Amino acid sequence: MTATPIDIVAWFVYVLASVMFVMGLHYMNSPKTARKGNFISAAGMVLAVAMAFIKLFVTGGYNWIAVGLLIAGIAVGAIAGVVSAKKVKMTDMPQLVSVFNTVGGGAAALVALNDILASDHTPNLVVLITAGLGVMIGSVTFTGSLIAAGKLQGIGFVKKMRLPGKSVWNVLFIVLMLASFVMLCVFPEQRLLWSVLTTVFALCYGLVFVIPIGGADMPVVISVLNACTGTAVAMSGLAIDNVALIVAGALVGAAGVTLSVLMSQAMNRPLMSVLAGGFGGSDASTGAADGPEGTMKETTADDVAVQLVYADKVIFVPGFGLAQAQAQRELADLGELLKEHGVEVEYAIHPVAGRMPGHMNVLLAEANVPYDELVDLDDINPQFPSANVSLVVGANDVTNPAARKPGTPVSGMPILDVDKSQNVVVMKRGRGRGYAGIENELYFEDNTQMLFGDAKAGLQAVIAAVKELLD
Amino acid sequence: MPELVVSITLFILALLIGIEVIGKVPATLHTPLMSGANSIHGIVIVGVVIVAAEANSPLSYVFIFLAAVLGTMNVVGGYVVTDRMLEMFKSDKKDKGGNK
Repeated sequence: MTATPIDIVAWFVYVLASVMFVMGLHYMNSPKTARKGNFISAAGMVLAVAMAFIKLFVTGGYNWIAVGLLIAGIAVGAIAGVVSAKKVKMTDMPQLVSVFNTVGGGAAALVALNDILASDHTPNLVVLITAGLGVMIGSVTFTGSLIAAGKLQGIGFVKKMRLPGKSVWNVLFIVLMLASFVMLCVFPEQRLLWSVLTTVFALCYGLVFVIPIGGADMPVVISVLNACTGTAVAMSGLAIDNVALIVAGALVGAAGVTLSVLMSQAMNRPLMSVLAGGFGGSDASTGAADGPEGTMKETTADDVAVQLVYADKVIFVPGFGLAQAQAQRELADLGELLKEHGVEVEYAIHPVAGRMPGHMNVLLAEANVPYDELVDLDDINPQFPSANVSLVVGANDVTNPAARKPGTPVSGMPILDVDKSQNVVVMKRGRGRGYAGIENELYFEDNTQMLFGDAKAGLQAVIAAVKELLD
Repeated sequence: MPELVVSITLFILALLIGIEVIGKVPATLHTPLMSGANSIHGIVIVGVVIVAAEANSPLSYVFIFLAAVLGTMNVVGGYVVTDRMLEMFKSDKKDKGGNK
């Protein structure tokens, strides 16, 4: 294929778009420039899509039905995208990202599938391999992300789904999927049959891959699936030989892999063990047997208010419970009240608090907490001993001192040293255990008091009590 | 197949750039980063436009329409929601008292 001038122009425009994606990601390294980065990245996207259309119209030879459907599809997708993005609550962000990942994976799989099936002549081996990989990875992401989104949304039947003999199913579908893929490459004449089988088995594998993984491990799963979509897009790019798809796909792949590794490091569990699923659950009874002794001390909102008001320094420790109760504004209000009263307030953010990387940061940003009050694990830990009160809201395993001892399911996981502060107040819905399935030793410490109940209602009560004290 | 060789080289280099750039993003911004990266893979729209140029069978029409809907939803929704999130990130110094 000889390159026409329009091909060369298009090539460089795609390169420019890729550069803009890299710049966009680069500007994400500070909250000050992040918004600009996102804008540059979006502009790169518009540029690339516009170029694709210009090339389409200049080259000609297209048929109007296809172009009409293309434009109609883009219109529908754009409306659906904007509406869902505008309406979503910040607490539901992990689900939405997962849904966007689902549709992205689906689109990548469709492009690759079309590349295998559409042309009248048999595609060559390169196209078969790259497009086949695109179909496989894209399809796995499609169903995998869909299940992940369902779990995060707390849809009943998705959460209740169990998979007896999960490893058998996993191996079965991987083997079937790869076998169909190999058959596709070896017998391209029967490409309809084998590509459909590859797709079906890949879709099944996506299901059995995510179903056994628990909700709290979703941050890792989402970023792995994100990496998968990126790779699927890059594979589709290799199949249709397009530089923009290749580079953008690789960037997303890198982002997904980097975040997955960071997340699993923050839990001190190998990535593979997270993806194998089944953390906690039934086999956690071993941890409970030699669990902590003693009783939990209950406290009241009034008492908590007194402690907070007379403190010099308070550290808030938010967790998924805060998101569940949608109590981020109440927590921020309480923080604001205390600050006005002259109390030093900081927020301790554990890397895996919440249901996606950085989830707590987004929630608290929504509640107008300035990002420089949100402090990372490494920087906040030395400060706990100087804190008069630590207020834990809906966080559990990330505060469990048992992580410092060997032999428990959380051993070795970096934790927030909440127990080292002078007093600890834990707001918690019930006496249940955390995701890891073990008791939190923190709750039984002498300096710990428990305030049971819904985080939102609890915080409102504390705020009311604080206001009363200050008047 | 020199074209493929070049493409794979591009893929690997882009992967390295990605790892390098992403590694510098602070944990505070991991959620917007993820959703921003998520929208970037909506670039698959370009792929849809390219294959649409050669489409001439009912099967392709269906594929193109579906892929266009899904891909655009990914890219447009992703950027809008990322912007919504980033808009909320405020520094203590600049915006004190400015928020409602």
